[in-house]
Amino acid sequence: MDQFAFDVAHLLAGGLVLISLTMLYQDRLSALIRVFALHAVVLALSVAWQAAIQHAPHLYITAAIALLFKAIIIPVSLLRIMKQLGVHREIDTVVGIGPTMLAGIGLIALSMVVMLRVTAESDPLAREDLAFALSVVLLGLLMMVTRRNVVSQVIGFMSLENGLILAATGAKGMPLVVEISVAFSVLIAFIVIGIFLFRIRERFDTVDVQALERLRGEDP
Amino acid sequence: MTALPVDAVAAVLLIPIGAAALLAVLPSYRLSARLNVLATFLTLLAALSLLAVRPAPGQFLLIDDLNVVFIVLNTLVGFTTSVFSATYIAHEIEVGRLTPASLRFYHAMYQVMMFGMNLALVSNNIGVMWVAIELATLTTVMMVGIYRTPQALEAAWKYFILGSVGIALALFGTILVYMAARPVVGEGLDGMTWTILVRNVAAFDPALLNVAFVFLLLGYGTKVGLAPLHAWLPDAHAEGPTPISAVLSGLLLNVALYALLRFKILLAAAPGVIAPGPLMVTMGLTSLIFAAFMLYRRRDIKRMFAYSSIEHMGIIAFAFGMGGPLANFAGLLHMTMHSLTKSAIFFAVGHISQIKGTQKIAEIRGLTVTHPVLGWGLVLGVMAITGMPPLGIFMSEFLVVSSTFAREPLLAIPLVLGLLVAFGALLLRLGTVAFGEPLGSTAPAEASYVPMFAHLALVFVAGIYLPGPVVVWFQHVASQLG
Repeated sequence: MDQFAFDVAHLLAGGLVLISLTMLYQDRLSALIRVFALHAVVLALSVAWQAAIQHAPHLYITAAIALLFKAIIIPVSLLRIMKQLGVHREIDTVVGIGPTMLAGIGLIALSMVVMLRVTAESDPLAREDLAFALSVVLLGLLMMVTRRNVVSQVIGFMSLENGLILAATGAKGMPLVVEISVAFSVLIAFIVIGIFLFRIRERFDTVDVQALERLRGEDP
Repeated sequence: MTALPVDAVAAVLLIPIGAAALLAVLPSYRLSARLNVLATFLTLLAALSLLAVRPAPGQFLLIDDLNVVFIVLNTLVGFTTSVFSATYIAHEIEVGRLTPASLRFYHAMYQVMMFGMNLALVSNNIGVMWVAIELATLTTVMMVGIYRTPQALEAAWKYFILGSVGIALALFGTILVYMAARPVVGEGLDGMTWTILVRNVAAFDPALLNVAFVFLLLGYGTKVGLAPLHAWLPDAHAEGPTPISAVLSGLLLNVALYALLRFKILLAAAPGVIAPGPLMVTMGLTSLIFAAFMLYRRRDIKRMFAYSSIEHMGIIAFAFGMGGPLANFAGLLHMTMHSLTKSAIFFAVGHISQIKGTQKIAEIRGLTVTHPVLGWGLVLGVMAITGMPPLGIFMSEFLVVSSTFAREPLLAIPLVLGLLVAFGALLLRLGTVAFGEPLGSTAPAEASYVPMFAHLALVFVAGIYLPGPVVVWFQHVASQLG
């Protein structure tokens, strides 16, 4: 039974890393948003599984929030915003897909090497969860730096945040932070969608960050 | 019996949050501006009372020698900035850059930001500290974007993205610290309570702490504005309202630095971990030298002083990284002096750019002729920030340099180089801005001079004579910092 619990936790955390990698090569915004929704679903499953094996019922709340908010509300509203704005363009990437994927694989290897070596004495479930979580965080970062589009940067940030929640739930008995960090991700998403996207639309008729950069008052 | 001191800590937190709720519903901006000043003043009084009576550390709140310095500085600059802000926004309303509705938002956010920073400083729980810093960051993001010009939005966006990445890395580091603590102090709240952590840190897994510190340094270092993670800072300073530039430079950077110092103390108490010092020294020196050279290319006056903030945060991180009683003392002193001086400079710059209607350095000339009080105030401020004797920053920079010479002479060379380059850049720009043939509007200034000169007077006095008790206090804190 114990081995089984371990394997399922692994499968789900590994699935998150895989989906993070998948997000890296999406070249259309709507596809990216759907893959992110899948990411959130797997996160919710993973958190729920942790809640079950750790006997920590409060984690079910976190799982529910991840499922409702990140897997349903945010993707649906982002898709609607896109339809309203009429943005169906392909995503501008700073670096090509190939090099980005290679960098992603490199980052996963890096986080495995670092975390597994460092946490040799911790309990195996937590340490491998942490290694996966760090991979998800780094892949989220990679996505934020290789994309120019505001929406895909936000999605990169949210997937990064999913990695943090994975890490926080993997750390057994971690107080406060799970709930609060979820509340903050809600707040952040509100700020992003409510204020920035609409104001940016008001001003520029575009959601491309490159258009913002031209407006800067300073020499390049 | 302990009711009174506990109330003082509560007051430091409750006054801002109560005022925020009140200011959010009050329609009249004149009244709100006064209430804002009153609220920050009351918070300052509560903070000062903490100097006299100190409550015992609880599970969530902690007052010790280290954070009392930060709290008093924080509430003091918060108060003077709110005085400056009252005149500043009156002008913005007249010009029409801000509407009464956005001012209501502005005042409420100002208090929420003060709440966030105070909470980060008094919290005894590394999770709560993280949340509080995130809260303060989010409120400043909103305020940076308040003018809604394309530039302001871009600045806010950049700040938001980089700040979030920083804060995410810091959370990962916090989780790792908890993971390291769990086998020793058990599950639950204890694993995040700082006083318990620091007592038991010797038994923690050193390898895990090492990785945790790297994440915390990168995460909170982004908020401190250390190069190469500083990119948000100049834009956020230049495009937001000037009172916000003043609190960003004077306070928020300090709060992030405080978080870093807490973890540095933690690592210093653990055997077998990497020394946090060299990492901080490297980042500090990089920031100092990078910012010093960047100062030459600036055309925007607020952006220039933002780079100067990066430079000084670099010096402070360097001093704390060197460690030891003397360098820590210098770091604390430098931090205090920098907060006071830089916010005074931003007070002057705020009024100047309002009068001239521009922030471009090339379009501001001969200030000492047209606006003698503001002009000479700026001259005095820049003299102070470049480290001219006998002002306070001279003393702290002298201490940093001389303690470095005594211990690591090779490190002193880039340090002095950076200081001199920055010195040259700032004086060069000051020459054209303050002296020469006047250019631009000569309209009389409706400025509040009191906050600016109060800060400069404090810096001046500190440069000549530091009172005995203050010295003893700083020495005591410096010895704790390891």
